[in-house]
Amino acid sequence: MPQITIDGKSFDVQAGGNLLEVVLGLGLDLPYFCWHPAMGSVGSCRQCAMVQFQNAEDERGRIVMACMTPVTDGMHLSLSGERARDFRADVIEALMVNHPHDCPVCAEGGECHLQDMTVMSGHRERRYDGLKNTHVNQYLGPLINHEMNRCIACYRCVRYYQDYAGGTDLAVLGAHDHVYFGRHQDGVLESEFAGNLVEVCPTGVFTDKSLVHDYTRKWDLQSSPSVCVGCGVGCNTAPGERYGRLKRIHNRYHEEVNGYFLCDRGRFGGNFVNSDIRLTRSGQQQADNTFVALSREAALAKLAQSCGAGQRIAGIGSPRASLESNWMLQAFVGATQFCAGFGPEGAAVRAIASALKGGGVPSATLQEIEAADAVIILGEDVTQTAARVALALRQTVRNKGLEKAAAMGVAIWQDAAVRNITQNDCSPLIQLMTASTRLGDIAQETIALSPDDIARYGFALAHALGTGSGVTDMSAADQTRVEAIAAILRDAKRPLVISGSGCQSESVVNAARALALALQQQSELTRVVYAVPESNSLGLALLDDHPVSLRELSEQAQRGELDTLVVVENDLYRRAPTDVVETLLNAVPNIVVMDLIETNTIERASLALPVASFAECEGTLVNAEGRAQRYFPAIAGKPDQPPAWSWLADAAAASGRQALAGLNHIDALLQAIAADKPVFAGAAEAAPGAGYRDRIGLKVARQPARYSGRTAMYADKTLHEPKTTADEQSGLAFSMEGDNQSLPSALQPFVWEPGWNSNQSLHKFQTEVGGAMRGGNAGVRLIHPHDGTLADATALPAAFSPRDAVWWVTPQYRLFGSDELSAQSASVAELIARPQVSLSPADAARLNLTPHDGVAVSVGDRTVKCRVNQDAGVPEGTVGFIQGLPGNPVWASGEQATLERLPDFARPPEVLARDSEVAHG
Amino acid sequence: MTDRPLTQNIRSDGSPTFLERYEANGGYAGVRKALADMTPESCLEEVKNAGLRGRGGAGFPTGMKWSFVPMGEKAGPGHKYLIANADEMEPGTFKDRLILEQDPHQLLEGMIASAFTIQADIAYIFLRGEYVLAAERLNQAIRECYEAGYLGKNILGSGYSLELRLHKSAGRYICGEETALINALEGKRANPRPKPPFPQVAGLWGRPTIVNNVETLCNVTHIISRGSDWYKTLGRGEDNGTKLFGASGNVKNPGVWELPMGTPIREILEEHAGGMRDGYQLRGFLPGGGSTDFLTEQHLDLAMDYDVIGKAGSRMGTGTMIILDDRNCPLGMVRNLSQFFGHESCGFCTPCRDGIPWIVQLLDQFEQGEATHEDIALLEEKAAFIGGIGNTHCALAPGAMEPVNSALKYFREDFERHVTEGGCTYHRAGGRH
Repeated sequence: MPQITIDGKSFDVQAGGNLLEVVLGLGLDLPYFCWHPAMGSVGSCRQCAMVQFQNAEDERGRIVMACMTPVTDGMHLSLSGERARDFRADVIEALMVNHPHDCPVCAEGGECHLQDMTVMSGHRERRYDGLKNTHVNQYLGPLINHEMNRCIACYRCVRYYQDYAGGTDLAVLGAHDHVYFGRHQDGVLESEFAGNLVEVCPTGVFTDKSLVHDYTRKWDLQSSPSVCVGCGVGCNTAPGERYGRLKRIHNRYHEEVNGYFLCDRGRFGGNFVNSDIRLTRSGQQQADNTFVALSREAALAKLAQSCGAGQRIAGIGSPRASLESNWMLQAFVGATQFCAGFGPEGAAVRAIASALKGGGVPSATLQEIEAADAVIILGEDVTQTAARVALALRQTVRNKGLEKAAAMGVAIWQDAAVRNITQNDCSPLIQLMTASTRLGDIAQETIALSPDDIARYGFALAHALGTGSGVTDMSAADQTRVEAIAAILRDAKRPLVISGSGCQSESVVNAARALALALQQQSELTRVVYAVPESNSLGLALLDDHPVSLRELSEQAQRGELDTLVVVENDLYRRAPTDVVETLLNAVPNIVVMDLIETNTIERASLALPVASFAECEGTLVNAEGRAQRYFPAIAGKPDQPPAWSWLADAAAASGRQALAGLNHIDALLQAIAADKPVFAGAAEAAPGAGYRDRIGLKVARQPARYSGRTAMYADKTLHEPKTTADEQSGLAFSMEGDNQSLPSALQPFVWEPGWNSNQSLHKFQTEVGGAMRGGNAGVRLIHPHDGTLADATALPAAFSPRDAVWWVTPQYRLFGSDELSAQSASVAELIARPQVSLSPADAARLNLTPHDGVAVSVGDRTVKCRVNQDAGVPEGTVGFIQGLPGNPVWASGEQATLERLPDFARPPEVLARDSEVAHG
Repeated sequence: MTDRPLTQNIRSDGSPTFLERYEANGGYAGVRKALADMTPESCLEEVKNAGLRGRGGAGFPTGMKWSFVPMGEKAGPGHKYLIANADEMEPGTFKDRLILEQDPHQLLEGMIASAFTIQADIAYIFLRGEYVLAAERLNQAIRECYEAGYLGKNILGSGYSLELRLHKSAGRYICGEETALINALEGKRANPRPKPPFPQVAGLWGRPTIVNNVETLCNVTHIISRGSDWYKTLGRGEDNGTKLFGASGNVKNPGVWELPMGTPIREILEEHAGGMRDGYQLRGFLPGGGSTDFLTEQHLDLAMDYDVIGKAGSRMGTGTMIILDDRNCPLGMVRNLSQFFGHESCGFCTPCRDGIPWIVQLLDQFEQGEATHEDIALLEEKAAFIGGIGNTHCALAPGAMEPVNSALKYFREDFERHVTEGGCTYHRAGGRH
């Protein structure tokens, strides 16, 4: 362990790091800009200067950039000596030469790394009195605001956007003191991860547009520890509230789940909480299809009556509802009357739950994904379905280059040097896909296959690696490809198998399971990632050990055996074809629907009950890796909008269900769940209960110490200080009282340290810079795989072959649009793709399609007219159809579609003249 | 034989020497000798023994630079590269242009011999974009080499192969920095790279790469063909060989001349440049281009050797002097240079990007009579901040501050006078500023 001396004091420090991260890790303050713990060092800003002496006698020393200097034993350094301090003051003074000093009107103000570092560096008075450079700002889309004048040219944005996230449309343009960080022209940023610029930028160049347009000073945000509900990855988030509205979502660091970054669905999609289609009041539907508003008491009485003694009831849960609400519903209606409420992905999600429990291969943490040395993806377009995983894979493929750099003695944090050495040399990533993906640029190979053929490739690979019975009827060409891929995987020490429910195919999941098992025979470091679409898909599959299908429920109803159907947080019209849903709903006299938003299913409810969103209540979600994680409300919940489980607990009390009646506190509920289903024992431990008190005996404050206070909030209306809302369900308080130090990570609502007002203060809460949180990793993994087996049903699908005039529907997904809730966020809604189908160029030629033609796609009696995307990654004979887009029918994988050419469907209108220009030619 | 090997094919009418005459004058003897009779190791020894130092400005020993290139299996699979740095953009410097335009084969021969030494299989000439005539003539010379079998597969039946391409720069001063040049060649922004790794180990496309100045490579031509012992007899002082020296400014005969290393400054200035123009007095000079410290009359008898000039507080740089006379304002000259360097900053690191324009702004204040005595101190402070070694990512900013710092040292009274007299007095005296 190297020993270094800083300003005469000795420290034992970790070897291998750079001086900046070591100094920060020691708890010392050293200002910096361009370095980022996830992106390493380039030495552009020169802010983190220290003086390094040759030995104890050397009094002069030389200026070094801490971020570019490896730590070595016996180093003598000065951090706070005059020379180092003066140099840092010079740097910040130079950085501020062109800065507009518009802090009072800047969205970053008060949570600005530039402000913090300026104060820390001691720059107070302006000596440059020339003109400042100014820039034109760009429109970068509905998510991100651009104010280029604030830029201090630290290069973090382009390093993040291009190098880290693989984006190509944000660059540094120009030179000298006219460098410009933006796009070649105005336009929506293309990266699915652009939102992280908001946190990566140390000042107010890139800010959250929805926050800018609904502005609140950041120190006035009331935050909570939360979990993203955008997909099954379960990224940890910190939603911020003011005046009862969700103002923004920030990343909440979790080293095993999301690290420093979120995807844009997660960051911007949560705004559905504020949307106009939130269900705010209970209602009873009248004969004329209008709803009459009910008080909570009246609604509860109706609910209790509908579910009372003698009523034959059934329930439909939801993969987007919490574990608590799903379990309560299941307990309320009985396991045989509980339908999980999955869509066409249900069978695959259940196969995933089975694979995680019995497949013998652990699911990968974020660090394990990034550490893999070979990746094979079976049919999952992770950029669209589990976006954070795709961002991680961009780091994974760098491992080959990192090894090369290490062999040259270059430290991995020397980011620019490593990239110069690596160039485009990537670790192998192989995709077996039904369409092209956004990872094509880093993939060694992408093979276009139908879902059944993906499964066959997977089983054949498993066999080639020594597991399972293989595939006997493969073509010689396919055999050769399988052998080549097997050879790559055989060389891997840390192979990673990625699949998921995206193909809606059990066979694909089971093939991935077989392949992972085969790889595990050669390397114990084999890991799997199975993507699932929704925030609690996996939790629901683990809960539901007695699957009841919608069809079975429907048959029961049609036999007249159902009086009441309780639907919790589920729009059935997004789960099954309309006729299936209608048949069920028409056959049940009493339909109770609890949901966050108005849906088509709500329109059919006899009784509609509003429930709290993730931002307004506490709950548990089980992510795709099998980790139970708790979210807490940032917005004080309203009594009329309780969580669904609370409606049911109260109804249980009112209808004499004694076993459930007492479960009106989440801690008790979690105990009951653990007792009922041992797999969820860990869920109760996912976060401390309501009894938690911090080291000074207080609950955790959701508001920072700098919060402007309740008196100020409503000063225009009243000077009486309103009472704080009590939070009886958790160890957090809607208050600024509490010291917020040494908290368990699961309860950490925000990060802040004196002098470190931005999220850069995070390192103060980590065991080491970029490492685990001092408060531990939030959440509890529920599944610990033991000896692995193949899936029970490993029936090999037949090889796919195109058929005349009939196309096999394969599901496709879009980050913006396929997810139900985020699509209701105003900014995300602007980015939802127009409906389209993807066809292989050969099929497009067969149909004589020109680029302007559309197609009419028909499955059964439903027809959709849409544009055509010709995609060489789509296998012939299949047609890719985007799932979940507003208005799109539910067409499952494997549906048979017919296509008809629609001439000139998408020809843009011919513009003869515009206001600003005259058309040429 | 001539003792001016670098300019032996340069003719007073400016007409180029192409292959036929180049060979007639003994050209490509070096390449023939290297490929037929020598090994990469013996070539390297010859260059090391010759004591050749890089002519681009830094004066780093060429043989030592080459010796860092991994050879044989150590290089691993893939290409190795040799790059001629022909991005001649140093203010006041026009020496490489002479060779590029009039004797392109001299460069090509040096490149082939050098590439053979490090066993590079691909070579590039990175040419300043404005050198249009040089591009035409280099392209013709390259064509001739391919036709004559000096380039391409299996050169002269030796088994050694080399592909050589001309790349015309999009034009940035910073491309003269070898790693910025490599980035530019890769199609990236011309920002200097962090070192290590050095290009010798991981350069172009991450592969071992040598970047040498045009004049350096031309020296190799003669070291290989005529031997290092001969070469060592050429210098007059500490360093070996000849050098293209130049002078610009208000001298009677501005130009560029090949002279032995160690030629005294006074001799260059008075004999070759013809002394100051009538009515002009020497006030100082930048000995090696725009990014070197001023020297003054007291230094005229120093020999133009790397270490001699270094000890005097400046750098020999490119060996092309810019002369300051008594009728032009030193502040104006320094301001002009600072504006150039500020404009040519790649914008990567703070002191250079945001500091140099501040220097220009301060010098403007002096010019316009808005400066105070405190501004002299501020200028000194900022120049020290920008120019300190290690303060910046690369050497551009320290180079840019050399004329500023040395002007403050030698022409301090001019700064004071701009303050006390409310602006530049040279205007009023009718001089150019």
